[in-house]
Parts: sequence; C-alpha cells; structure tokens
Amino acid sequence: MPAIEVESLYKVFGKGAKGAVAQLKAGVPRDELNARNVTAAVIDHDWAIEAGEIFVVMGLSGSGKSTLIRMLNGLIRPTAGTIRIDGVELGSLSKREIRRLRREKISMVFQHFALLPHRSVVENVAFGLEIKGLNKTERLERAREAVQLVGLAGHEDKLPAQLSGGMRQRVGLARALAADTEILLMDEAFSALDPLIRQEMQDQLLELQATLGKTIVFITHDLNEAMRIGDRIAICDGRVKQLGTAEEILMHPADEYVAEFTADVDRTRVLTAEAVMEPCGSRDTSAFPTVECDVPVNELYEPVLSSKAPLLVVDDNADPLGVVTPRSIIKSLAPERESGDAEQEPQPA
Amino acid sequence: MIEYLRNWFWTYVWKPLPDMPFGDWMETFIRWAREAWSAGFDAVDAGLEFLYTHLADGLLWLPSGVMVLLFAAAAWAAKGWKLGVGIGLGMFVVAWTPYWEETMQTLAMVLVAAAIAIALAIPLGIAAAESRAFSAVARPVLDFMQTLPAFVYLIPVVMLFSVGVVPGIIATIIFAMPPGVRLTELGLRQVDGEVVEAGQAFGASPARILVRIKLPLALPTIMAGLNQVIMLALSMVVIAGLVGGGGLGAVISGSLGRLDIAAGFNAGLAVVLLAILLDRVTQGLSDRTPVARAARLAR
Ligand SMILES: Nc1ncnc2c1ncn2[C@@H]1O[C@H](COP(=O)(O)OP(=O)(O)OP(=O)(O)O)[C@@H](O)[C@H]1O
Ligand SMILES: [Mg+2]
Repeated sequence: MPAIEVESLYKVFGKGAKGAVAQLKAGVPRDELNARNVTAAVIDHDWAIEAGEIFVVMGLSGSGKSTLIRMLNGLIRPTAGTIRIDGVELGSLSKREIRRLRREKISMVFQHFALLPHRSVVENVAFGLEIKGLNKTERLERAREAVQLVGLAGHEDKLPAQLSGGMRQRVGLARALAADTEILLMDEAFSALDPLIRQEMQDQLLELQATLGKTIVFITHDLNEAMRIGDRIAICDGRVKQLGTAEEILMHPADEYVAEFTADVDRTRVLTAEAVMEPCGSRDTSAFPTVECDVPVNELYEPVLSSKAPLLVVDDNADPLGVVTPRSIIKSLAPERESGDAEQEPQPA
Repeated sequence: MIEYLRNWFWTYVWKPLPDMPFGDWMETFIRWAREAWSAGFDAVDAGLEFLYTHLADGLLWLPSGVMVLLFAAAAWAAKGWKLGVGIGLGMFVVAWTPYWEETMQTLAMVLVAAAIAIALAIPLGIAAAESRAFSAVARPVLDFMQTLPAFVYLIPVVMLFSVGVVPGIIATIIFAMPPGVRLTELGLRQVDGEVVEAGQAFGASPARILVRIKLPLALPTIMAGLNQVIMLALSMVVIAGLVGGGGLGAVISGSLGRLDIAAGFNAGLAVVLLAILLDRVTQGLSDRTPVARAARLAR
C-alpha cells in the first residue's frame, strides 16, 4: 500500500470551481480559466508515493506546489479527486480525525520556519509533542534528542531570534522529527537559506533519511535541489508535466517545458556511469578498469583520463553493462543532441 | 423645471414626513428599560459601587507617604529604577497637593472602569478577529461609542443608575473600551499566518491555537490597547465628576464654577501625574511580555 496516493486530484480557486474542473477535464487550458478569475492550482494529479521515498515536487512560482502539499495534510480541501494516506481517504475524515491524523502521521517543515518567537529552541521543538499531550519532562527530553539529531546541541535554550537562518530551519526540522511521524511534508524548506547552508541542509536531510527512512514530500522551485535529494521528481505547472527519476527527466525530458528546466542542471552530478556508457560491442573488456554503474559522472573524469583503455561499467554483481570513454561522456552531456544520436542512448528501465 | 422638482419634493416627500422620531424612540426605550430591567440595573449599580468603594478605601488605607513609596516600587518593578525615582517624585508632588484622597478615588474609578472595559474588549476583539461578519458589525458600533459626545449618553445612564460614581464608571467604560477591542483584533490579525498554519499542521485545535499561539503573539498589541483604554478612562474624570463621581473630577468641575484657578491647577496636575504613572507602568509591563522581549533580542 502506498504511503500517499492521489487520484485525479484538482484544486481550483474562485467562483464556479466545480464547473471549472469539468472544463479542465474536457481540455480547456489553464490560461483560459485565469482570464475569468478562476485559478486552477492543481490539475489532474495522479501518483503514489511508497513509504521511505523522497518525492520532490518541482515547479515555478504559482504552479500549485504549496496548494498540493497543503491538501496532503488537509489544510486545504480538494475541489475534486481523492487523497489516501496509508489507504485512508482524507475526504472521509471529520475535522477531529484530520487533526488526529496530523498529530500522529504527518508533520510539516515551513519555508519561513514558522517558529514561535517567544519560545526557546527546545520549547519550539516540543510543540508537536505538547499537542500530542505528552507531559512536560517527556516532551522536553524527546525534544532535546531531536535538537541533537539536527546538530543544534548547546543551543537548546536560545530564542529563534538568536539563531541564523540555517539554524532556525534546523529547529523547524527538529520540530517535525520530534513529532515522530512517518510522513514529512517540506514546503520550500530550504529556499530561504543561502546556497552553502542550503547544500549543508540537503546533505543533512539525506543523512537523516538514510537512518530514519521517512516518507518525504519535498517542494522546491530549484531543479538542482530536486535532483540532489529526490528519489523521484514530479515537474508541475498545474498539471504534472513529467514524473520520474532525475536521470529519466534529464535524459528524456517529456516536452519543451521540462527541457528548458533541465538546461540549467549540473548534469555531471546527476548522471551516472550507466547513463553515459556505450555498448561494449565486440571489444575485449577483460583488461579494462571497472567502475560501479552508480558513480556520478563528475567522479569519472579522473579515472577516464588516467586510463588508456575505456572504463568498464559493472553492476552490483560485477556483470559488465557497457564502457565509458571520453567521447561517450561528452556525447551524453551535450545539451542539444541530434536526433540521430538519441538512438544510441540507453533506454530507462 | 428645478422649481417644479423642488415643489414636488416638498409636497410629496418632505412635508408628509413625520418629525424625526429616533430621539423619541430612544427616550421611550430608556424609560421602558428602567422599569423592565430595574433589578438588573440595581445589581450592576450595587456591584460597581461595591468594587469602587472597596478599592478606594484600600488605596486610602495606608498613609500617603507609604503609598508614594509603593507606587515608586511598582514603577521600579515594571520598568527600572529610573522610572521608580520619577514616579516617586511625581507621586510626592500629588501628596503635596491637598487632593491625595481625591486622587486615590479617581485612580480607583479609573482602575475599575478600565478593568471592566478590557475584560469586555478582549473577548469582543477575539470574536472580531475570528469573524469578518462580527467585525463588520462591531466597527460602526465602536465608532459610535467613541464619537458620540459623552453628555449624550450620560443623560440616559444617570436615569438608569442613580447619581453618583456609577454613571461615571459606565460612561467611562463606553468611551474607553473601543481601542481595547480594536487593538485586540488588530493584534490577532497581525499574527504571522505561517505560524498559525504550523499549529494547524501539527494538529492543534482552534482553541489551542488561540491560547498557545495567537494570544501570546498578539499580547504586546493587546497591552497597547490596555494602555489606550486607561488613558481614555482618565480623560473622562471631569465628566464623571459632573454627575457626582467625586474624586479629582469633582474638584475640577467645582473650581470651574468658582473660577478657582489654584484648585483647578492642583487637581489638573494630579490628573496629569496619575496619567504618567499609569502610562509608564502599563508600557513597562507590555515591554515585559515574552514576545516583546524576544523582539528586543532580535535587534
Ligand atoms: N486561497 C487562495 N485563493 C485564491 N487563489 C489562490 C489561493 N491560494 C493559492 N492561489 C493561487 O493558486 C496558484 C498556486 O498557488 P501556490 O501557492 O500553490 O503556488 P506555489 O507553486 O506554491 O508558488 P510559490 O513557489 O510562489 O510558493 C497561484 O496562482 C495562487 O495565486
Ligand atoms: Mg509555495
């Protein structure tokens, strides 16, 4: 059973929302509705997230990302369609039951941190536990653990105003982690941070995820960030334009819209040896040095240049998959490729 | 043509119109209410009288010298030693005038009126912040309360309650309450939407969000409302004195009749010093709210 599942999900703001859904289903474009002061924020979303996955929703400003994530924990009601959390349909729950679901299953990290300015770091982190009804000693103890987990030990008794942006967002993350829910919603959680701290936070999130194994819905308008942390990425503009792994989106953009985004992405960090290899052909590969198939391209330059022979790409069982040469790398990285070359690209599974 | 229209308007609209009846309606209503709800008014009358007399007696229980020191200590605790010294000196000047007793009576009246006004204003402000409809209805009513000349409602209030300190307190509550409601509403509406959303996202109930998030964050603004309420209440002392409220108001209105410049000035000075005391102490308290303290740290 998927952790989160949405089915033909729509959210339309403005008068006559229901009618607008019918029109959207009939193929009326989103812009035409805008002219009538009706905003279609989320159109026909249809996907499922497995437990333990990091699912990234990426899109420009106004593409309905926040609307989507707020529907997932019931802060906004969908205009049409269904959302199931662990198989339970959100629409069938009363307000009370939704509040319980939020306390027990879903927590959220906010773009501007949304901390209580008059409460210390631990008291902020303990907020979710306070609502759950834990007694003071227990919730403070668990809050302290969460504060340590995000690397803020020693700052427990400071006020948010005394912290830097990156530290404040760690408090926001700790608050969500302390609530100990299976699902974590993160709405542009790192967008307000400067690039270095942002990268640090991304690394920390991945590190935490490796041990905690939460189900994470992560929203961003930055495709580099999406590709760095996402197991799968949905590129949205009202509708889902493309849904797939970072590599699938880079190698096979579904349309012009997606292709435009991918032009800015640092491919060498996302693409792996498997994506830039070419078939072994009739070569005798026994003497070639080997690389694992999931090594990113930017770690291949050194071995490729220092080896006279091509590199042999092998999978987990050491079976050969293909070979990497300087030529194959350059060919895969070139942003505009002739249609003739496309035939040689490995097809995604 | 214009002539014709004017004649038409005169004969068909203006002349048949009866005399403006709103004033009569009000009078009938007040007379009726006095009969119908006399028990209620008597109870309110007795209650306010009780609060006022006991508070005034309490303030006059200790000799003025000790009270001056107590006021100075309160100011010190609320803000710091500088204010403590300033207030001590101010209160000493008040004790020096022949009107210490009247000043304490006025203080008691202001405190009772302001406490009741703020106790009514906060729930009304919460309702106005939560409901746009309530806010839309409350706004003109508050405008009315604040701008209607006090003498206008003093007449019915004196009819409903006996002459004395109570009509003064009631008129003061009516006049001083609006900023309490307004600033409570404003403070609650200004609370960062994302923080409220955080409360919702963690599954807090609306009541809990109000008590744990919105009210603490709005507290500095609500305290500013309390400050305004107290200042407006003080500005009503003379009018309260006119209807038998006693205190400094009676001294001032009396000196007005006798053209007694000295007495009027002394009593006026006491009012000003009392205002400064109450203003600084409430401001000091609002600087001590947790949110205001956190905001200072951010700078
Ligand atoms: N409560 C609302 N009432 C009317 N329109 C709304 C409402 N909330 C959002 N919208 C509209 O829906 C669209 C999508 O908004 P949303 O906040 O989901 O975008 P977003 O992808 O999160 O953008 P950003 O990157 O700027 O946060 C926008 O055009 C917005 O104006
Ligand atoms: Mg958004």
